[in-house]
Amino acid sequence: MGIAFYIISALTVCGGLAAVLLKNTVHCALALTVAFAGLALLFLRLDAQFAGFAQILVYIGAVAILVVFAILLTRGSDTPKDGVFSKTWLAGLAIAAAVFSVLGWAVLQAAPWLPHETVAPNVTVNQIGEALMGRYVLPLEIVAVLLTAALVGAVIVAMHEKEGAK
Amino acid sequence: MIATPLAGYLLVAALVFAIGLAGALTRRNAILVLIGIELMLNAANLNLIAFWRYGPHPEAMTGMMFAIFSIAVAAAEAAVGLGLVISIYRHAKTTDLDQINRMKG
Repeated sequence: MGIAFYIISALTVCGGLAAVLLKNTVHCALALTVAFAGLALLFLRLDAQFAGFAQILVYIGAVAILVVFAILLTRGSDTPKDGVFSKTWLAGLAIAAAVFSVLGWAVLQAAPWLPHETVAPNVTVNQIGEALMGRYVLPLEIVAVLLTAALVGAVIVAMHEKEGAK
Repeated sequence: MIATPLAGYLLVAALVFAIGLAGALTRRNAILVLIGIELMLNAANLNLIAFWRYGPHPEAMTGMMFAIFSIAVAAAEAAVGLGLVISIYRHAKTTDLDQINRMKG
């Protein structure tokens, strides 16, 4: 396992906790960036270099910036008077705790049968590119269409409503 | 303590998933709910990559490809979700989910 795994895991979990617990929304977005960076480091430790760098580019580079923009455009950084948590926070917390206990129980029960350390797979970007153009070409095209449609849709949804066009 | 490295990664993923779920269920601000959903998606990606790394056939690259496609779909989801939040804010002048209780403006 190594000490690095524990350090990166602690960083990720603390970043995630801060992202959902902090009062100021901008601080939440910054803590979210820390959690994304920790997850990218975990991907790199799992020998998935391409996925790790894609995580850094897409999440830290794009999604986190998008979240900050959305917070600033909606003045979400103002802390509301009646607290940041919903009225039903206790039920939400109970559901999350139940989900975690079930998942943790399942992992710990299955732990003795999980596969042990194996030889690190040597996957190059060349192989990934060939797989994307060969076996995965149809999903790639569908993702391309999905991204185009989603971005056009996002622009149309967020576009200013015309006066009197209701 | 933890028998295999895979179990460690799975536990971290379960913890991040639970944190994201708690955030999505308890926060009032719509953007914070989206942040919770992003954390849950990331935890699922970590599971996919951990199983790919310690699975029987890592050279087939299936788990990693799934995670890469999942990252692309999550980017589209984030863009649409934040666009919707901005649109709702412009209409209702708030992103507080306890106050937004009508589909019709």
